[in-house]
Parts: sequence; C-alpha cells; structure tokens
Amino acid sequence: MLNQSLKLNNKIFDPEVEKISTRQGFGEGLVLAADQDKNVVGLCADLNSSTQMSLFAKKYPERFVQIGVAEQNLVTVASGMSAMGKIPFAASYAVFSPGRNWEQIRTTIALNDRPVKIVGSHTGVSVGADGATHQALEDIALMRVLPNVILISPCDSIEAKKATIEAAKIDKPVYIRLTRESTPVIATEDTPFEIGKAQIFFAPPMTPQVGIVATGPLIYEAILVAQKLAEKGISAKVMNISSIRPLDFTAIINLAKEAGSIVSVEDHQVVGGLGSAIAEVLVQNYPVPMELIGVHDKFGQSGTPKELKEYYGMGVSDIEKAVEKVLARKITQ
Amino acid sequence: MMWPTEEKIKWLEEKARDIRVSVIEMLEEAGSGHSAGALGMADIFTALYFHILKHDPTNPTWSDRDRLVLSNGHICPVYYATLAHAGYFKLEELKTLRKFGSRLQGHPERKFLPFVETTSGPLGSGLSQAIGMCLADTIDNSKSSGKQFYALLSDGELNEGNTWEAVMLGAKEKLQNLTVIIDRNCIQLEGYTEDIMPLEPLKQKWEAFNWQVQIIDGHSFNEIIKAVSEAHAVFNKPSVIIANTIPGKGVSFMERDWRWHGKAPNEKEAQQALNELQNTN
Repeated sequence: MLNQSLKLNNKIFDPEVEKISTRQGFGEGLVLAADQDKNVVGLCADLNSSTQMSLFAKKYPERFVQIGVAEQNLVTVASGMSAMGKIPFAASYAVFSPGRNWEQIRTTIALNDRPVKIVGSHTGVSVGADGATHQALEDIALMRVLPNVILISPCDSIEAKKATIEAAKIDKPVYIRLTRESTPVIATEDTPFEIGKAQIFFAPPMTPQVGIVATGPLIYEAILVAQKLAEKGISAKVMNISSIRPLDFTAIINLAKEAGSIVSVEDHQVVGGLGSAIAEVLVQNYPVPMELIGVHDKFGQSGTPKELKEYYGMGVSDIEKAVEKVLARKITQ
Repeated sequence: MMWPTEEKIKWLEEKARDIRVSVIEMLEEAGSGHSAGALGMADIFTALYFHILKHDPTNPTWSDRDRLVLSNGHICPVYYATLAHAGYFKLEELKTLRKFGSRLQGHPERKFLPFVETTSGPLGSGLSQAIGMCLADTIDNSKSSGKQFYALLSDGELNEGNTWEAVMLGAKEKLQNLTVIIDRNCIQLEGYTEDIMPLEPLKQKWEAFNWQVQIIDGHSFNEIIKAVSEAHAVFNKPSVIIANTIPGKGVSFMERDWRWHGKAPNEKEAQQALNELQNTN
C-alpha cells in the first residue's frame, strides 16, 4: 500500500488521476525560487515555453537572458554569472544541454565548482512524436560521472517544483532532469523532499520479496505493478530515487537486504543510468539478483509516449515480467 | 586610467622582461608547457596588472576589482608569473609549475589557485564567462558599475563555435564594460592560423558582429594602454583589441615559430633564452 507517512496523492490509483508535467513543476518552482532570492537568474536557448522557463521570464524579464540557439554559450555565460554571485538556471532540451555542451559543463561548471543549475527537459522516449533526435536517453550517464554535480530526476511536477526551490539554495552545480509529457501527480505539497534521500512510496504489509527502484515519472508504473503483484500475493516495495547524485546508498543497501532482489526502472539507457548506479552500490556492498528496466542499447523513435514506453520495454507488463524473472533467479541462487 | 609617463613605460618594459625570464625558468623546470604564447603576451599581461587593472594583490577577493578571464589557459606561465611579480604569491612558488601538489596546475584552476577568476584551458569558453560576469554586473548596477571586464583570447580559439556564440551575445547585450584582447600571433598548435583555419579578414568579422575594433602592436605599451583606454570610452557596444604579437617574443629561436607553441625549453635552450632576455637593454 502507499506509504501514508509521506502524504502521497491518495487518488493515485484513480484512472482519472491528475496529470501535470515535471517541466511545469520546474517552471512554477523557478518563480518561487526567484521570489525568495533576487540572485536567481534564468537563461534559455530559445526554448522558453518548452522548458516552462517562460513563467519566470514573464515575471522577472530583467533577470532573464535569451541566449538564442547556442547551448555552449548558455552554460558558459551561466558559469560567468555565477562567478558574480548569481544563481543561474540554464534551460534547454537535455539532448542539447548537457548533450551538446558537455565539455563546457565539465570545465566551467563542474571542475570550476560553480552553482549553476542545468535544466534538461524532454528526456526519455516519453518525449514522443519528436523522435530519437529529441529524446535524451543518455543525460543521467553524462551528468552522473561529473564530480561536484548534484543530479535530480523528479518523479512528478510537485517534486520538480520542490527540487527547483532546493537547487537554488545549494551552493553547488545541479542538473535537473525533466520530461515533456503530463504524468500522474504522485506527491502532495505535504510530501517531504530532501536531496540525497530515497523514499519508499509503496510498502507491502509483509516482508518484501522484491524491491522496485524507479526514477522519474515511471515511478507511477512501478507503483501500479506493486499493487497488481500484491493482488497476486507477491510483495513488492517501491522506492523513489529522485536524487541520483548524491545517491542514498544506505536506503538502497537496506532495501536489498530486506527484499533480496531489485528491479530498477528508468526512461534512460540502462547503461550508465539509475540501474547502473544501483548495481555499482550493491555489487560492492550487498549483491542481490537485479533486473534493469530501461532502454537497452537503442535509440528512440516517433510515437505516442505510451506506444514508445511499451515498445522499449518500460510498460507495466515489462516491469511485471522483470519481477518474475528476478524472483526466479533469487530462488535458484 | 592615468596616462603613463616615459619613466613608467620604461619600468613596464623592464617588468615585462623580468616576467619573461620567470616564464623561461618555470617552463624549463616543469619540462613541459607552452612557451610561444606565454612570451608573446608578456607585455599585455604587464600592462594589465601593472597599469590598467583595478585590483589589489593584498585583497584578491575585493568585490569591486576588475575581472579578467584568461580564455586560452595554456599560456598560464605568463599569467602565474605576472601574478607572482604583482605580489599575489612568492616568486619561488613559480618553480612548482605543473608539479604534483602545486597550486600552479598545467592549466589554471580556480579551486587550486583562487586568484584566477575561472578554470580554463579547453578553448572557446572564456569570452562567454566574461560576458556572464559583465551581464550579472549590469543586472545589479545598470550601466553605472565602475568595474571593467576583460577576456583574453588566442587567435587559434577563434576556430571554436562557442567563441562566436559569445560574440553575438556580447553585441546583443551592448556590454560596454567588456574589452576583449586577442593575442593575434598567427600560430596555433599545428601550424600557422591562416593555414589551419583562416581568420582573415578578422577586423571585418568582428565589425560585422557589431563590435568596436582596434588593431594594435601588442608589444607597445603606449598602444596597449591607449587602446584599452579607448575601449573604455566606447558607448553601448563591446570592444575588441586585436593585438598583433610575436609568438616567442624576446627569444630569437622561438620567435614566430609555431613549433614552440606547445613546447618547453630544455636546459641549454633555456640558458640561451635567458642570456638573450637578460642582455636586452
């Protein structure tokens, strides 16, 4: 059942559950962060509406810089602004930032340790119709290898809003991973959020047989799977990881100890993403059978988000199959 | 900015020679590094740190200091030597260049040496950062801030797309407190700039991007100081000074030879270089 202590959205199993995109949550959060701190500035590479930075730009035009379609300039100008005490949020699509401008981020923000907030929208195949060129499936991998960088992948609009407000308060580089499509609202305004902390969103009454660990809006599918499994007598515990760096090692190790098997879920390449990060932790601390749900060594394509999630093996039935597989491996070990 | 007296010019010339001597000594000790650009920019660094910049070596974090971004970080021997001669740290530390544990990393790093405004080396990103600094200052102070912002660029890094993205933005934002100085030494790592990727007509390129352009002799203190002074007086646009320099300036066998772009002198070469520099009147 849903973890009541986190005050999650209790209408989550309702077919008409409210849906809002994480980019919308970011846009609203940025306005709130800017209300609180006059040093918050925004930079965008001609994608103001698409990233929802437009909300900020409209309210604070004097603190907004339109960079044009120039993502290398986007992050390096942001680095310069942070050197003067500003808290820059630099937004674009993730394939371009951190995709196109990765070295600039590495040198002028990560190595330089400047508190620039890089906001990459349109991640995952859930981007849909725009196709492979615009579906970032590599951004977690790109940003996870950079020292000093905090990496947040919010599960819904509310978490995205809170992550944005928190990011503005941290004197470190931050990458915020956003999505285009409207997805179920999982949290509420009262749900606690802390960078570096994983949270159990769904806990079975009995000892779990499997831990499902998800990042981003696919947490919704993970919860649906856990609910279905409960009806079949299989107990699954669902953990939400929005903070991929720093990663909550303790929570992951404890879940592995408790459940004895793990399924990771992400709309990203399985290479270098959340699943890889968890595997790195477990293999050094408490190895258990693990299955990785995500994109396996392919690029995306055009389609609806639903079609694409199912085609690339990230649908509810795929997660269920992964659970069955990992449980079978657990028994034979 | 005060106009320099003849005595001051003479003094600056001697200071630049001392800095070149330090550059050679550092590079020889390090056994690797970039000689030609470092020697070629010694006069400009000297003019900046000993006459032009508003800065205080006893208070490096002074918030009203002018900001200088060295974009082509590989010429850092001249940057470090100038900072040491200006009093930011002791001259003896220069000998630690490129060694384990040194604050003087192979390319400048802010986290190692807080006196540098940014970490640099990968080319093409410095102008953007200087623009970001200037923009932030403009947001806070409108156009009345007393601070000046400088970006030092190599000509080779004008190959980088990032540079031209920044050039467009600087003009768009009318950053009149921003002055770029290009080390126009006509060499880059593997040859002459006009062979590798022609830059000419360089003046017209910057003018077409709506910048104020001056071309000077980058070894003439009079010209350097006059050009920066004129750049400060430009209204509503950023300025670029294309400084013609001689790579390897002051050392006969290094001058104008692109093979010295990324090479340090050995003991014998260093001795010859020091003899030449110290025998200059």
